[in-house]
Amino acid sequence: MTQAPSATAPASTARKFNWVRFLEAYALVFALILLGAVFGALRPESFLSWGNISTMLGSQAVLVVLTMALIIPLTAGDFDLSVASMLTLSAMIIAVLNAQMGVELLPSIGVALLAGAILGALNAWFILYFRIPSLIVTLGTGTFVNGLVLWMSGSMTISGLDDALVEWVVVRRVFGIPLAFYYAVALCAVIWYFFGYTTAGRRLLFVGRGREVARLSGIRVDRVRMFSLITSGVLSAASGVMYAGTIGAADPLSGLTFMLPGFAAAFLGATSVSPGRFNPWGSLVAVYFLVIGITGLTILGIQTFVQNLFYGGGLVLAVALSQLVRNREAQDFT
Amino acid sequence: MSNAPPKRSVPGEAPALSLRHFSKRFGGALALNDVSLDVMPGEVLGLLGQNGSGKSTLIKILSGYHVPEPGGELLIHGEGVPLPVPAGTTEKLGLAFVHQHLGLVPSLTVLENLRMNAIASETRWWMNWRRERDRAREVFARFGLDIDPAARIADLPQVERALVAIVRAFESVQAQGRDHAGILVLDEPTPFLPKTGVDQLFSLVRAIVREGAAVIFVSHDVDEIMDITDRATVLRDGVLAGTLDSKGATHDDFVELIVGRRVDLFHTTPKDMSGRPVTVGVRNVTGGSLRDVSVDIHQGEILGLAGLIGSGFDDLPYQIYGARPASSGTIRLPSGQEAQLHHMSPPAALDAGIALLPSDRLGAAGVGALSIADNVSLPVLDEFRRLLLDWPGIFSRAMQLGTNYQVRPNKPEMKLASLSGGNQQKVLMAKWLQTEPKLLLLDEPTQGVDVGARQHLYGALSEAAGRGISVLVASTDFEQLAQICDRVLIFARGVIIAELQGSAITKGNIAEQCVRGASQTTASADHAKRQGAATS
Repeated sequence: MTQAPSATAPASTARKFNWVRFLEAYALVFALILLGAVFGALRPESFLSWGNISTMLGSQAVLVVLTMALIIPLTAGDFDLSVASMLTLSAMIIAVLNAQMGVELLPSIGVALLAGAILGALNAWFILYFRIPSLIVTLGTGTFVNGLVLWMSGSMTISGLDDALVEWVVVRRVFGIPLAFYYAVALCAVIWYFFGYTTAGRRLLFVGRGREVARLSGIRVDRVRMFSLITSGVLSAASGVMYAGTIGAADPLSGLTFMLPGFAAAFLGATSVSPGRFNPWGSLVAVYFLVIGITGLTILGIQTFVQNLFYGGGLVLAVALSQLVRNREAQDFT
Repeated sequence: MSNAPPKRSVPGEAPALSLRHFSKRFGGALALNDVSLDVMPGEVLGLLGQNGSGKSTLIKILSGYHVPEPGGELLIHGEGVPLPVPAGTTEKLGLAFVHQHLGLVPSLTVLENLRMNAIASETRWWMNWRRERDRAREVFARFGLDIDPAARIADLPQVERALVAIVRAFESVQAQGRDHAGILVLDEPTPFLPKTGVDQLFSLVRAIVREGAAVIFVSHDVDEIMDITDRATVLRDGVLAGTLDSKGATHDDFVELIVGRRVDLFHTTPKDMSGRPVTVGVRNVTGGSLRDVSVDIHQGEILGLAGLIGSGFDDLPYQIYGARPASSGTIRLPSGQEAQLHHMSPPAALDAGIALLPSDRLGAAGVGALSIADNVSLPVLDEFRRLLLDWPGIFSRAMQLGTNYQVRPNKPEMKLASLSGGNQQKVLMAKWLQTEPKLLLLDEPTQGVDVGARQHLYGALSEAAGRGISVLVASTDFEQLAQICDRVLIFARGVIIAELQGSAITKGNIAEQCVRGASQTTASADHAKRQGAATS
């Protein structure tokens, strides 16, 4: 019984513009602009150069897509810790098939995406059939996949990818910004539509917020969770395709560093735009907020360890913030 | 309204607890307005009121959760206590609380739960578990309880969990070594208990009071208050509406004081529906506690299911809906189609026009953290599916349902959890009734709902039945069944042992059948067993 005397609370008058809510929802956007302005003022020639801006927008599109892969199972109440491993595997599959075995680019990409779907299905099977917490399952499968990638690649970087991939990811530009950025924004739009305006998106939310309520309302809870995990796998694979296109090669380790930034962006994003819910636009803003911070500090000449400070600290602060937004109501991920 | 004097006022004896001029303001509104009351040692004082009347606020000030407005005074055994009450120190003052959720850890043993205070606050390098266990046994024996200290809380029936929580609270104030037996606040400990459980709990309360403790008993239930308390104080809209001598006052006196006027309790005359077509019929249901049960539910009929806990009456709604598996049995759906009961699932039930409103309001029926509109729209999302979901349409639907079912406040964007229990239930009932089901299954539909909101809910059900919707209600609230049902089935040991119709449906009759049924079936089951043994 936590209610304040709601019966006696003053009835709110006509729908006035709620400034507090507006500031809460867009604080991160203002913070991003402010951060950009500060670095811009300190190092206008390098930070505000079009080259730097377009590089930031293009190179971090991979992280945006990976974050989208995370927020779908997070909304359904599941953690997927295998996303970064899947990213690496996907990039490596393309490299091995395309660069080493001479398979055409498109079939290689198809195989990579299929691998994502298979990993997602495998995660779902362990989680749903054996009722194991998703955290444990995906921690395990993620590590397993890391091993697989090292084995496939002989722990080597594989280069020599089809130029078309690089061409279509980072070389081609619209308004000076690499195509990768537009892919990421398009994906955000699709997920925004899916979360807010489709019945399936609403079901996903109910499954995350009240499994038993969802089940007794006739939602096939396991099917929804399976769908979310498979989608997560496919989107992680897609981010791997973009990663291979961004660097024009595949290496077995560097992709793994996306894991933490992904979670940081997902949770930081959940404090913004639609506070209290994982949401694509908030995540997009969060990714670029984190990137501007890191790029700016790097340009100021601070060493690269700042990246870990920023992402690690960012994750914990973001979760703390999102808990404040949710009134410290405990989140239950199983 | 005259204030009845404290019962055992030995001249010169200080009240165990005395609070003066308690007020609490939230925003602009006074949730509690200048309330004063006394509890004497050895007395049970009832505290009654509707949701939002201020009784939880009062209790939360006592427990140190809320800071009262200046000007209040609190005396425990005649000694002043500084306000606000420092949270977490109430036991040192001789004041202990048992809340509805009991505060036990289900996966730990009774003994570990009993000693939780010691474990939490003392530093000991060697817990002598054998001695602790013996001590726990002694304590239980002293109160005439047969509870194994080594049992896990999760394995105990709900009643025994409540008993353990109360014993623990009492022990924790005893352990302070004061010369007073302390004060126990029982904050709605009974709504999840069947009648026999309530009786057990009451005998424990009486035993505790005999040892000199003072008890404040918070409840919605007038009958319980009349049964267990010596005096009862009623709060209404944050002010003290009056104090009644529980033995001298009538049920109506209490209801009038609680709502501030005489309420016309909802009542329908039970109708004979046996001539109507059967909406849903189940045959030979076995599973959970049920054994070979067959029931027909007629069109437009409100059918009650009653029994003691464990008799299986509350399994049936969930099994018909496919929410809990039945091991065998068949169901004839509203379409006339026959199906195996173990093949039923919630989606299949919904397709057939069967809806379920479970008793666990925020655990299974609705999501507290989501808005009213979100919750209400869940079963009808497909109606609003365009290229984009039609959000304005969803909101206006929620608004309209809120008006029809008198949800207060009627704001679809509010979180479900921020409504009172009664209003949450109105929302959740609207959620399913808007789908115009053929059969609505309900489990404890008015648990923790105040007397005013109940009448609204009954009205809504009766209106739905008038439209031809069949309603199945499982409840341990016999008064409620008597108020709304056309027919009541009494369960014992997993079978139906009686069927009440027409004027036979009274609270007393249902209670009697439930209790008598439990003993009879034991005898006949034993008989059957003996016969079975003889023939084999």
